[in-house]
Amino acid sequence: MAEPIIQIRNITKRYPGSPVAAVDDVSLDIMAGEFFVLLGPSGCGKTTLLRMIAGFEIPTSGTILIDGQDMAAVPPNKRPVNMVFQSYAVFPHMSVEQNVGYGLKIAGVRGDEALARVREALELVKLDGLGSRKPDQLSGGQRQRVALARSLVMRPKVLLLDEPLSALDAKLRAQMQFELSDLQDQVGITFVTVTHDQDEALSMAGRIAVMNKGEVAQLASPSDLYEFPANRFVADFVGSVNLFEGKLTLDEPDRAAIDCPGLGKVYLNHGVTGPHGADVWVALRPEKIYLHVPGEGKAIRAAAQDAPDEHNLARGTIKGMSYLGDITLYDIKLDSGAMIRVSRPNLSRHDQEDFTWDDRVSMHWRADSPVVLLS
Amino acid sequence: MAGPLQDWRQHKRPFAAIVSAPIFWLVLFFLVPMGIVWLYSFGQNVGPAAIEITGTLDNYKRATEWLYLSIFLKSLAVAALVTFICLIVGFPVAMAITFATEKWRPWLLLAIMLPFWTNLLIRTYALMMLMGQNGYANKGLGAMWDGASWLRTLVGLQPLEAWTPVQLLYNNFAVVLGLVYVHLPFMVLPLYSALDRLDKSLIEASLDLGAGHFRTLMKIVVPLAGSGIAAGVMITLIPALGAYLTPDLMGGTDSQMIANVIERQFKRANDWPFGAALSFLLIYAMFALVALQSLRGSRAKVGAH
Amino acid sequence: MALFNRQPIAPLEYTRKLWMRSWLGATLLFLYAPLILLMVFSFNDSKRNVVWKGFTFKYYEKAFANESLVEAMVNSLTIALLATVFSVILGALAGVMLWRFRFPMKSAVEGVMSLPIIVPEICLGVAMLIFFARMDWPTGLPWPLNLSAITIAHITFCFPFVAMVVRSRMASFNREQEEAAKDLGASEWQTFRDILLPHMRPGLIAGALLSFTLSLDDFVITFFTSGPDTITFPVKVYSMVRFSVTPEVNAASTILIILTIVLTAVALKLQGVKGIAETH
Repeated sequence: MAEPIIQIRNITKRYPGSPVAAVDDVSLDIMAGEFFVLLGPSGCGKTTLLRMIAGFEIPTSGTILIDGQDMAAVPPNKRPVNMVFQSYAVFPHMSVEQNVGYGLKIAGVRGDEALARVREALELVKLDGLGSRKPDQLSGGQRQRVALARSLVMRPKVLLLDEPLSALDAKLRAQMQFELSDLQDQVGITFVTVTHDQDEALSMAGRIAVMNKGEVAQLASPSDLYEFPANRFVADFVGSVNLFEGKLTLDEPDRAAIDCPGLGKVYLNHGVTGPHGADVWVALRPEKIYLHVPGEGKAIRAAAQDAPDEHNLARGTIKGMSYLGDITLYDIKLDSGAMIRVSRPNLSRHDQEDFTWDDRVSMHWRADSPVVLLS
Repeated sequence: MAGPLQDWRQHKRPFAAIVSAPIFWLVLFFLVPMGIVWLYSFGQNVGPAAIEITGTLDNYKRATEWLYLSIFLKSLAVAALVTFICLIVGFPVAMAITFATEKWRPWLLLAIMLPFWTNLLIRTYALMMLMGQNGYANKGLGAMWDGASWLRTLVGLQPLEAWTPVQLLYNNFAVVLGLVYVHLPFMVLPLYSALDRLDKSLIEASLDLGAGHFRTLMKIVVPLAGSGIAAGVMITLIPALGAYLTPDLMGGTDSQMIANVIERQFKRANDWPFGAALSFLLIYAMFALVALQSLRGSRAKVGAH
Repeated sequence: MALFNRQPIAPLEYTRKLWMRSWLGATLLFLYAPLILLMVFSFNDSKRNVVWKGFTFKYYEKAFANESLVEAMVNSLTIALLATVFSVILGALAGVMLWRFRFPMKSAVEGVMSLPIIVPEICLGVAMLIFFARMDWPTGLPWPLNLSAITIAHITFCFPFVAMVVRSRMASFNREQEEAAKDLGASEWQTFRDILLPHMRPGLIAGALLSFTLSLDDFVITFFTSGPDTITFPVKVYSMVRFSVTPEVNAASTILIILTIVLTAVALKLQGVKGIAETH
């Protein structure tokens, strides 16, 4: 993971007639052999960025280097990258083998070598034996494997995948997430994937660039992205989160306190380095909140002793419940009037019976759970 | 996922390679000939084979004389009647094809399309054979007549007089029937494609909400198939208005349509400028119909929003 | 589709209702009865087309012995073949142009392109007559050059149909396939040959069949462009029908109907019954 295989430098893309840039001054490095994911809502510029790497879109300004070479004058058919398209774009009039062999034929690889490489690629994606089938005799998942094999057989330096799993059903998608990761380990090729699905990104990626409105909002590993989001957009887009506005009342190297009108007093066991009295946001994940019958929480809090009295505590009434099998989600109206979402694992079969609609509850969270966001 | 259109300026060479041949053909062998006809319509005969374009409007003036105007109006009336009959006959046929089973549908469509592909002249001739003095249509009518006559004897009435074959051909009835025969497939195909696109659950929803089949047909199916009906009407009306062969072969002396008058100017009367003016009046009528339809279409779109 | 099906009829199975079937049946009878009678009576051993007198091939022999009829048939087929080849080329180019590019006055070009389809045949025929007279188009050329005027007229009204068919076929093309080919190293030309052309093929076949039948079918426009030595089959049949109805015409017509059926069968073979249904 030493060399950046792709260096993107100040890339901007404007479409004629559009007031905003689709991609706005993006710079990032993608390392050789990593599984890199571009994550963001539709229209955030992630696909445009991918297509610029592939050469199908020309940047308005900026440079893209692949393996140290400037790609500005290189057309897509001469770039050392291959792409798996969202629609797979499997050629319907060619058999699986002809599809996979198409790039080799163009490159002038013929005879036994071509045959062996096609076989190998089909084995890699577990399609051996289906080489003579036509695409309309394949399932969606199989067609995607053909598209994968067709790209992998070219032994590209980078494999680009545009929303590779979006057309598959939920179960198949989960399976393919693992297979794609496995495959990437096996072949050692750099994968760059575009997706709008955060679960997909978190489960497959080595690193994720979250994009919003043409800019990179945060570039981090999946766990850092989830536990240490850099701003409200990332906190909200990756996973679900409760966001409360507040004022910084205490900020020392080893502790901080925020006064949130909606949530109450929040105490952290680390500093946040913001100006005193600044407007900040507190992000609290639903699974990091403990739910109790009233009164009980105070006792637990007193035993834990990780926050001063009346900090990291809230009370409210359950207004909504969704039983999801493994967990139950509670929508609770706090006494301040704000809503908060809490998730609770159903550890035993009767857990979901503990709390129900209109129950009074109290909540607490640990002092390292809230994330303070300045933007 | 259809990509955006390519701008010709960014692909000048392939664009030029693709565009030049069809455009050249269209200009030289369509626009130029049409242009010459248009110019001729403002000309006059100055000799047996010489026509001078003088910019006169006499040809158009003559075309608005009652003799020609009445033929024009009659052609419109015949075309409208033919279109109406085709619509009434064709709509249930299109419905039947739309709701046929998966297996039968393409074959039924093919059955409608096959006559459409068969030579127009042959089809007209076949119909003429059937409708002649001694044709099967007359024989069938004769058999019914005899049957009726026999029924009268059963109830003790005088039998009818012997059947005399009726003249089915060479009159206006024959022209309308012939045009319906020829143009029916033109109507069915666009109707079918409109009905086929129709979301069937809309019909189910209407039935579910308590409407009967007829009400559903009138309130749901017909309005939603409106664009297809309009397309079918245009596709039938335009060629019926300009029909030459059917009135020529099946019509009598009083069933001349506008195309027959135009033909006469070129092949017999040898008055090309007048024929050119009539041709362009027919084309303008066509344009008016198309404009009317697109107006209707755009208004329907506005209404939908 | 048994007429009396014991399965109960579901609300939307309109085609299984008796009146609907009768209507469909009556319409098909109306469309086919004249044609079938015409074909049957071409084998009738009688001058008159009404009473069945016995089976004979006599009129086919007569039709084949009729030199001007055979010549007209050969002319018609030659014109149809030539018009098809040119129409497919021009129509494919025009279809790709409209599908692919954005250019100034595109809607005007589209409109003009559809004019040969909507302008009444009689007007196009008149225009061709005047055009070739005005151009002093050479007449009396050796075969098949003497057919050039008719062929040109036919191409003019055939190729816009091909353009429409090709364009609507291309509308279903997934542009990512083109990008995928380029991504795998193919050049513009290789992409066209390997990816675009195979997708276009059904449209080209449909367009070719359409051109061929339109050309073979045309009477009015040909009537105005043909000279005394360039009679086509419909023009010949027209003069025969005008002046004398003979079973010979039945025989010749039957041959043409069978040709149409054969062409349809070819189309069926090439595109399947669904494919044909979709092209219209």
